[in-house]
Amino acid sequence: MANLHFELVSPEKLLRSDDVFMVVVPGSEGDFGVLEGHAPFMSTIRPGTIAVYPNGMGDVPERIFIDGGFAEVGANGLTILAESATPVGELDVEAAAQGLAEAREMARTASGEAERLMAEKRVATFEAMQAAVVN
Amino acid sequence: MASLKALKVRITSVKSTQKITKAMKMVAAAKLRRAQEAAEAARPYSERMAAVMASLGSRVTVGPESPRLLAGTGKDQVHLLVVCSSERGLAGAFNTNIVRLARKTIERLVAEGKTVKLLLVGKKARAQLARDHRDKIIETVDMTHIKRLAFSDALSVAEDVVHRYEAGEFDVAHLFFARFRSALVQEPTALQIIPVPLPKVETDTVAQAGGVPAVVEYEPDEEAILADLLPRNLAVQIFRALLENAASEQGSRMTAMDNATRNAGDMINRLTITYNRTRQAAITKELIEIISGAEAI
Repeated sequence: MANLHFELVSPEKLLRSDDVFMVVVPGSEGDFGVLEGHAPFMSTIRPGTIAVYPNGMGDVPERIFIDGGFAEVGANGLTILAESATPVGELDVEAAAQGLAEAREMARTASGEAERLMAEKRVATFEAMQAAVVN
Repeated sequence: MASLKALKVRITSVKSTQKITKAMKMVAAAKLRRAQEAAEAARPYSERMAAVMASLGSRVTVGPESPRLLAGTGKDQVHLLVVCSSERGLAGAFNTNIVRLARKTIERLVAEGKTVKLLLVGKKARAQLARDHRDKIIETVDMTHIKRLAFSDALSVAEDVVHRYEAGEFDVAHLFFARFRSALVQEPTALQIIPVPLPKVETDTVAQAGGVPAVVEYEPDEEAILADLLPRNLAVQIFRALLENAASEQGSRMTAMDNATRNAGDMINRLTITYNRTRQAAITKELIEIISGAEAI
């Protein structure tokens, strides 16, 4: 029962394009699952893991970390535009922890409003990255 | 007439130049293929982004409430020109063509009484524009150290541009780069990036496609998505321009080096003929001397 067309696209290349059963996406206003025949839908994504179920509910989902982006569900399936995507298994725990510490430091010392917002965004990204590794 | 030895030295030197240009052509051809592949690989993302922007654009009306990136500042006084060029020369008229287009635009804008600011990507544009417009350059992005262009490189340029826009440093931004048509043809292009021109959706095509356009749900609402998407879209545009520029640069260099190799070949042929004639003349002269010497005895 693999019939949802799923595409994961980064600016540098088309990362994957195949038919799957279901994808659970971390939308910015809550996670949502997409199956075949989903109503047309657009949402921004917060940094987190998308879970891909290749054949059915019983599968062990394939988990991919993305640092935010954009999801579109249309007649031809689900398209996720992400700036970067890493399979959870390949995430570097230490680098994430270090990045988080640096981002927190940056948020603390930020001078301007824009700088602080950017640092907080990075903190959120690294926090989500750590959460992804732990689970 | 040049001496035999001088001619011989000349031929050797042209031959070694030819070897260099030939090697550069091969390298450019290999790099061109890689640059083309990169540009090809980036296409799906920008195409989908454009599609999403188009469908959002048909729903959102531009008003004073819209994000500033879309609505503009309401003024048209300060123009920012983002000029993308290469880091290395010997690429034919590649950089000159881009700079010429940029220079024309600068002159037009200045004549209209507008203020022009320049943000240059790549040092070749700087070298050419610094002569007349040094005071207008606000930033030069150095890409020398970048081996393979990554999205993050474009992102940092885009962030810089958005930052300056939000600080009110300019009202309108244009992007200059060479669109890649083929290895032989590169087209210098100017593209408006801020305020974002929304692609107009033809209502006819929507009607043809399925009668009623599909009702799409948005989460969060259209405006919020648009606000999130606009800076991203800008980065994608710049990334695409840089990729096309990289491909164009290699294409242009390949053509230029091919011409140089051929010219060197012609030159070698001409010099060889002169060399042979000179050698023949020297032999004839020697023979005449011997014969007339023998006759004298």
